Amino acid sequence: MTPLVSAATLFGLCASGMVGIGLYGLIVLPDALRKLLAFNILGSGVFILFGVIGRRGAAAGLDGDPVPQAIVITGIVVAFSATALAATLLLKISDAENEPEDGGKDEP
Amino acid sequence: MMPVPVNDAASLLLVLAVLLPILGLCAMLGLRGLHPERVARVAVPLGVALAVAVLVEVWTGGQALHYTLGDWEPPLGLRLRADGLSAVMLVLSAVIILAAALFSQRQFRTPEGIAGDTRAPFTFWSMLMAMWSALNLVFLGEDLFNFFVALELLTFSAVTLVCLDGRTATLHAALRYLLFALLGSVLYLLGVALIYGRYGVLDIGLLHELVQADPVTLAAVAMMTVGLMAKASLFPLHLWLPPAHAGAPPAASAVLSALVVKAPFFLILRLWFDLLPPLPSPLAGQLLAALGAGAILLCSLVALRQARLKLLIAYSTVAQIGYLFLMFPLAAGPLAFWETIGWTGGVLQLVSHAFAKAAMFLAAGLIAETLGHDRIGEFAGLARRLPVAVAAFALAGLSLMGLPPSGGFNAKLLLLSAAAASGQWWIAAVILAGGMLAAGYVFRVLGAAMADGPAGEAGGPPSPLARQLVVLALALVAVALGFVPLQPFALLGIGREVLP
Repeated sequence: MTPLVSAATLFGLCASGMVGIGLYGLIVLPDALRKLLAFNILGSGVFILFGVIGRRGAAAGLDGDPVPQAIVITGIVVAFSATALAATLLLKISDAENEPEDGGKDEP
Repeated sequence: MMPVPVNDAASLLLVLAVLLPILGLCAMLGLRGLHPERVARVAVPLGVALAVAVLVEVWTGGQALHYTLGDWEPPLGLRLRADGLSAVMLVLSAVIILAAALFSQRQFRTPEGIAGDTRAPFTFWSMLMAMWSALNLVFLGEDLFNFFVALELLTFSAVTLVCLDGRTATLHAALRYLLFALLGSVLYLLGVALIYGRYGVLDIGLLHELVQADPVTLAAVAMMTVGLMAKASLFPLHLWLPPAHAGAPPAASAVLSALVVKAPFFLILRLWFDLLPPLPSPLAGQLLAALGAGAILLCSLVALRQARLKLLIAYSTVAQIGYLFLMFPLAAGPLAFWETIGWTGGVLQLVSHAFAKAAMFLAAGLIAETLGHDRIGEFAGLARRLPVAVAAFALAGLSLMGLPPSGGFNAKLLLLSAAAASGQWWIAAVILAGGMLAAGYVFRVLGAAMADGPAGEAGGPPSPLARQLVVLALALVAVALGFVPLQPFALLGIGREVLP
């Protein structure tokens, strides 16, 4: 029995859905922490897309192309570092604004 | 079997150009973060020498340099490549970073004794080195995914430099910059995924052979372009730039405005000219130019209204980046793009803006140090106090306004002639209006500084002459670029017609 949609198509649709949700959140949500989470959803969508492309075997019709896997691993490391950097900035901002003395007053 | 390529000694220069700043960074770590400025004193001149050697090699050889990593040919391996444009960008980055390093030698050094703050100098110098390596990787790369990694390294080091002083305002600016940059990089990565899915290769040279103007390719390039626009702060995605560049230390602002926003632009150039086939319609290029025109007109007007000098200069950066995007419709036509005056004018605008803007941010740094503020309304008497810095600001202003003799004049004249020759009069009108507006904001600062007033006496001690001379030298280079011939340069075409 052949399935109604192939696994690659199904995951491709999931990927585009996550990209859409992430992009919407990144643009619309006002809070920086939510924007950061939206960025991660968007990034996961792109990584799933790479997985689909690897499964379909873009280069030379290989079944399970390894290049997208390598790209996703690097991409995850980069996205993790970016999230860590943004979270550190958020913590610093929250520390600075909760200080009783000069919190938020040193605007230019 | 493919013949094993030989990486000769000259092509090893490309690897060293990427590696040297990282070695400098490792040395700084090895010294436990103490006296990073001494490491920079060795690494920066070496890096300048490397960049000049690459330029000389490309220029005299008349062809691009290649380095194939580990002798693995693309599509399996990665390749570094330096053509005429990359060599120019390498030298430009090296010279601007040299100026920033000379300017910061005293400001960011490990203080004597144990009480001082060692973290700020270490962060400044190590991030400057990381940024330099990432810039060189962008200028030398050939692989679309490798560019993504280089852009991320660039963003992380730049964000750290923006919030170096740790004030709440600069932390907010850095966070906003990071979020814009992350949106840009994830859109870029999405484009890379589509390109890989369509063609199965990521090397620009190989893609150049395969690529067709089909919907997938166009969608991918459109997404990559929008992502890179956010990183290059093209209007209307520029909102992060003014607070970020105005909040960074002056030497960092100079590097950010002169180089860091140019790296994504350089990638847009590579995508549009080296990767894309001739487009079915000129509309896309005109859309980019229209956004550039919006940047020139609106952000120049906003710059006119700024009360603080660094914010004024930052808005002027957004406006001047607009000029770069005018080259997309102007380099189109029957000629090969690297032989058009539109292409030459655009590249010259990139280079002369880098020198002029670095000079302006460093001059603003000297002014802020001397006066203790950078409010333009209280500049009266400044020209007597800091004559060299104000003169450097004025000379750099020549280039932004497009008055002769300056690199900006030649660049804008070439773009103007290209617009007139191809009958795109609206672009010509925007270039002229942008020059008038730039004159407005430059003279507003100069007028305030030349007036007689109390700023001549008040404030801290005067800056050392050496730092003022660094600023003046940058501004003089921007002026000296006005003596390049007004025609397409052979150097910028090297390696373009024979993409591998």
